[in-house]
This record gives sequence, structure tokens and C-alpha cells, in this order.
Amino acid sequence: MLLIPCPYCGERPELEFTHGGEAHLIRPNPPARADDETWTAFLYMRENLKGVYAERWRHARGCGQFFNALRDTTTDHFVAVYKRGEPRPP
Amino acid sequence: MRKQNFSALSLLWRGLSGHRSWQQQWRKPEPKQRYDAIIVGGGGHGLGAAYYLAQEHGLRNIAVLEKGWIGGGNTGRNTTVIRSNYLFNESAALYDHSLKLWEDLSGVLNYNMMFSQRGVMMLAHTLHDIQVIKRHVHANRCNGVDNEWLEPEQAKAFCPPLNIAGDIRYPVLGAALQRRGGTARHDAVAWGYARAADALGVDIIENCEVTGIRRAANGAVEGVETSRGYIQAPKIGVSAAGHSSVVMRMAGVHLPLESFPLQALVSEPIKPVFPCVVMSNTIHAYISQSDKGELVIGAGTDAYTSYTQRGGLHINTHTLEAICELFPQFRRLRMLRNWGGIVDVTPDRSPIVAKTPVPGLYVNCGWGTGGFKATPGSAHLFAWTIARDEPHPINAPFTIERFRDGNLIDEAAAAAVAH
Repeated sequence: MLLIPCPYCGERPELEFTHGGEAHLIRPNPPARADDETWTAFLYMRENLKGVYAERWRHARGCGQFFNALRDTTTDHFVAVYKRGEPRPP
Repeated sequence: MRKQNFSALSLLWRGLSGHRSWQQQWRKPEPKQRYDAIIVGGGGHGLGAAYYLAQEHGLRNIAVLEKGWIGGGNTGRNTTVIRSNYLFNESAALYDHSLKLWEDLSGVLNYNMMFSQRGVMMLAHTLHDIQVIKRHVHANRCNGVDNEWLEPEQAKAFCPPLNIAGDIRYPVLGAALQRRGGTARHDAVAWGYARAADALGVDIIENCEVTGIRRAANGAVEGVETSRGYIQAPKIGVSAAGHSSVVMRMAGVHLPLESFPLQALVSEPIKPVFPCVVMSNTIHAYISQSDKGELVIGAGTDAYTSYTQRGGLHINTHTLEAICELFPQFRRLRMLRNWGGIVDVTPDRSPIVAKTPVPGLYVNCGWGTGGFKATPGSAHLFAWTIARDEPHPINAPFTIERFRDGNLIDEAAAAAVAH
């Protein structure tokens, strides 16, 4: 089980969290103007990176907050966590 | 090298001579500079595709490139369940095509697949389950796929260890049974296809990791960079399971895939007690007994994407809790080992077996948590697609473009969970 460093609560077991998928996806705006390729990219296409990956987590059974994390998908180690709205750390 | 034939007589004969005269089953060739077609990924799907390319489409100058050892990925890590009772017409056609190939495969390849049609039973625990499963039964029968509804007593008669008491948390309210479903020996699938493909001249090259895909000025593929040098080929078929996103990105193709760890575990071996396969999607229990006597148990996927080939123990615990409730006699069994594989999951939980926007590049991926059952069918259709540069009617709906065009084959909603 992962030990996830929530930026609000500190390290907590994975069972307290829900995974929110890839981070920094931007919904096409205005929606009516976006073509099919743009919608496909937003809805379905994912980087699925092997390496350091930006993803969303929600501390659903804790503080309830969404936040972002950089995790290395080859080791499952968390490289960094940052709050919603903050830029991705280098 | 002349291919040795396997039979009861040859087993007896070689047994009498101390089993010292068996030959190597396939060569270990050095990669050539050029092939007519390259398959990336030496699992059952990739080796099978190479076999059908050689056997049915007349290509002989083919290589299968495998970064580790053949059958060492998901082919050797799954729980070997075979069935074809999928809801939608497209899926039923695809998986039943595969099941029909399974039925003859041992004879066709002269390799014992230990294919056992012992029946796959899917349990219903809620009113919703009953409705969904009965809908599956009717849809399957309209598509010529066998599936039947069993009342709890009938389910218990078919699988005596099953607990049908009314006082458990998720009582068994009925089940669907596909009698043609069952299990096979996972390694034999990789080895059988490897041996048969090798006999037709296919080069199976292990420890050869693809690190790049070269494209010509017109966009078409030219060849692959590998850990064992550059290899030219005008046709490249990628069959890399959990690493499909990684390999396809080398050619600039993005896929609607996410890779998750999926775990399985086996118990210590016991005498034959379990006559069939039982699955419960609602409480996540997937169980059968291998010929060695181990209970083979499938757990769920982890919540997060990963390439580590391991997952959290709580996922296994969750499955074991369900198994212990359904089969109380297994409560004191010890688990022998557990492991994980990386499965590539599409948004609609149906695979992609298709051409790509890059000329000469083909992809077979997205089988998610249920690829083993599809091995022969998938390989057969992928070979067709590569050889003719167009899909077979059965895999024609399973494109990448279906996500853009809104033609999803939404088995995710149909099954509600991993299948």
C-alpha cells in the first residue's frame, strides 16, 4: 500500500485516498467550438508515462482536498506533491 | 532443425531412453539486418501473430522481438480464464472467434495447451446482478454463444464448494454458466506458438528491447532501433501489452490507454476440490484450481497507473475476504505466492486491434484485464490486419478512431468491473 504525502495532512495510507487520473487536463473552452480531435484528446488520450508522472489524488477519507502529485511510475515513489492551482514543480 | 513431433508414443519412447533425446524446441537466432515484418512483444498475442503471418499469409522473413523472455509478461502472469460471454455483438464475435480457435489449438500446434472446458460460472449477488447477468445470457444466446442461467441450488450442484447460505453478506442469488469456458496452461500458449512459428522460419529474439521506431520522409515505418542494433522492416506490429503506450509513442502515436498493476495469487497445492471457474464481479472473487492443485485467484487492479509489476496487498486481501465468504472451507489455506502484471486499459474496456495513422505500423493493445482468453483470436486477426493492410471484419470495429467517432464498445458499463 502506498504511503501518500497529502500536502494538508502529511503521510497517510493509500486507503484514505482516491486516484483522480492524469493531472493538468484542460477542458476545451468554449466547448461548442472544440473539434472532435480536441474532445478525443481531452476525454480519452492519456500520457501514461513510464517515469515521473503528474497525477491527481483526493484525500477522500481525510481532509477531502484534491491535490496533485509527481510520482515515478517505475518505482511508485512520490517525487513531489503540490496543491491544486499551484504550478507543477520542476 | 527438424521439428520433433510430440505424441504419447514419443513420450513413451523418450521416457524409455531417460528423456535425454529431446531437442531444443526453437532456435536462438541472431537478429538479421532486415525482415519483412517485425512483431514487438513476445507474449502469446505476438508469437501467435507471427505464427499466423507465416502459416496463413505466407510471410516467412519475420522476427518477434521480446525485451525479456517469451511469455514472461502478462502471458505468464494471468489466471488463465477463457470465456466468450461478452455483451455486445462486436465483443461476442471477437471472443468467440478466439474460443473456437482454442478448441482446436493443441492439435493444430501439436502442443498440449491443457485446455479444459470445465465451465465458467459468474455469480449474481444483488437484484441488479440478476438483471445484468440475465441480459448477458439472452444477448449471448442471440449471438450463438452458449450461456445459461442457474438458480442457487443448480450453481451449488455444479460447484459443490459454493456457499449458498442466505445469511452471508452477499448471498448467491444465481449464476450464469458458460460450459464452453474454462482454463488453459498459460506457458504452453507462448511455447506452442513459439515452436510452431520457429518451425516456419520465424526468428524469435529475446533480450531485445525496442528503443525507437524510425520513419521515412513519407511517414511510413522503416525499422526499429533495439538494444541489439538497428533492424529494418516495412511492417511493424506492436503487441506490447502494458508497454504499448511507451512503444507507440516512439512512432509519435498516442493511444487512449492507461497501464495499471493487476495482481494474482496462488494457494498451496491441495487435492482436486474445485471443478470449474467461479467469478464474482460484484465482490471481486475469481478462482479456479490448476492441475498442480493450487487455487489460482485473480485480484483487482490497483487504483493508480504504474509500471512496477507489483501492487498493494490490500487489493489481494479484499479478494481473499470474498473468497473466504463464498468458500468457507478455504479459510485455513495458506497462500503460496502473489505477483502483478501491467495491463493496458482502454476507456471502454475493449481492445484495439488496428492499423494506425502511421503507414506500416499496426497495434494490438488495450486487452486490459482479460487478454489471455483472446490470445489465439487476437493473434489471428492481428496477423490478418498486418498481412493485408486492412482489418478482418471481426476486428474492424476495434479501431483507435472509435473514440473520436463515438463508436465505443462499452464492455466497461456492461460488466461494471474488471473482467
